[in-house]
Amino acid sequence: MTTWDRLLDLDRRWIFLGIALAVVIPIVTKYALPQGKPAPPTVAVYDYIDDLKPGDVVMIAFDYSPSSMPELQPQALAVVRHLFERDLRVLSVSLNPQGTALGREVLATIGDELGAVDGVDYVHLGFKPGGSQVILGMGESIEVVYPTTADGRKISGLPIMAGVRNYDDVALLIDFAAGNLPFAWIAYAGERYKQDIACGITAVMATDLYPYLQSDQIIGLINGLKGAAEYEYLMGLDPTEAPGMLGMSAQSIAHLLIIVLVIAGNIAYFASGRHRRR
Amino acid sequence: MPEAVAPEILGISTEVIGVWIAAFLTLAIFSFLYEDNPIYKFAEHLFVGVSAGYGVVITWHEAVVPLLIDPLFRPENVSLEAPNYIVIIPGVLGLLMFSRFIPRYDWLSRWPIAFVMGLSSGLAIPAAVQTYLLPQLYATMLPIWPGVEISAWTAISNFLLVAGVLCTLAYFYFSREHSGAFGVASKVGIFFLMVAFGASFGNTVMARVSLLIGRVQFLYEDWWLPLVAEPIKRLFGG
Repeated sequence: MTTWDRLLDLDRRWIFLGIALAVVIPIVTKYALPQGKPAPPTVAVYDYIDDLKPGDVVMIAFDYSPSSMPELQPQALAVVRHLFERDLRVLSVSLNPQGTALGREVLATIGDELGAVDGVDYVHLGFKPGGSQVILGMGESIEVVYPTTADGRKISGLPIMAGVRNYDDVALLIDFAAGNLPFAWIAYAGERYKQDIACGITAVMATDLYPYLQSDQIIGLINGLKGAAEYEYLMGLDPTEAPGMLGMSAQSIAHLLIIVLVIAGNIAYFASGRHRRR
Repeated sequence: MPEAVAPEILGISTEVIGVWIAAFLTLAIFSFLYEDNPIYKFAEHLFVGVSAGYGVVITWHEAVVPLLIDPLFRPENVSLEAPNYIVIIPGVLGLLMFSRFIPRYDWLSRWPIAFVMGLSSGLAIPAAVQTYLLPQLYATMLPIWPGVEISAWTAISNFLLVAGVLCTLAYFYFSREHSGAFGVASKVGIFFLMVAFGASFGNTVMARVSLLIGRVQFLYEDWWLPLVAEPIKRLFGG
């Protein structure tokens, strides 16, 4: 057996160990790689929010579950921080039952830090089953679909709801999602009610959403942990503290290792002559 | 507002117990990477069971109670002055789904299925045309000749997009033999497909590594540092 054959027959557990070390070491040592230039789709979301007037309403849909938290929670934290810093009113909903607790956590964490007041600067309306029917319903009246907040307060009396009836009064809708819900938001809120939409998505979904960016059906796209890191960079956050940028260092090192392994595997495959044996 | 304090069990905060359980289950699932084992199986089955139970509870509290029981029996809970009897119709349709458990009457479940399919199709077909088909067609009809309106770089980009769409469509056209110029277009279509699959696979790798990063961050920052390293340090007078 040649060295190439031994490399090709390497126990995959060594590769798992290598990837684990590539991820663990940067996190434990808080090693921060320099951040590259943010991608235009991320910059588009940032610029759009930056151009809104204080008091404008932004609706956020927390459509993800804990299994997608590592990618989407850093995005949501960075974007909500931006919204509160710009004095925008934040209205949040959830079409995924598990997203409601995650959304509440994001709003409370950043709200407490920046002094945003529940009911005045932001409100979490919580989960409603129904998906597309909920999206369509809010096009007519948000209050009919959500008469109360997630914690049971009537929304009609809340200061944040002053002058807010339906999508006509919402400047931007941001959907943080893992799954098919961005397509429902684009179809029913975007096309039906001409609502401007931005998406924060898991990297797996990115190639499915890019066509909608190219056709201007969404104004911008935050792609996975990389997008979160880019948004944090645009916000000027500390790279050794911001979860996205911190995670992205581990991500980049793991990617480098994967690239090396793919190249080494291909070289070994051809050098061992296995391509001739097939 | 004062910060909520987590309740305790045997003098230990439920928050701490929760972190220990989450850390144990994470490591149990990761143990599969070494080899299949009973601890992994336990965690896997627990996850399936808890997910199913969670789904039932959510459906009950977020759908059945506010959309059926409250409008009928507790209208004041949903800002109604009188019971809304119209919800009996979807309620009965929903109950008919359970007829599948009785072979003699399982045909009754076709009615709610037909209702849901009809409604879904009615919503989805116009949306598909308006959202997915026409705007994507418009977005593909792009100028490919540089001039006053577009730069040379944009023209190249547009040309690649249009050529990619046409060649990929050619690859999926099976009513004619893929030979000659048509065969070349079809082969170029495969090239574009491979690029798309590569981009998709790259993003998938990034997503999966992100999930690993999330778990490692949890294990290190929420479990190891405060609940393992710190007590050991205190034990040895650190």
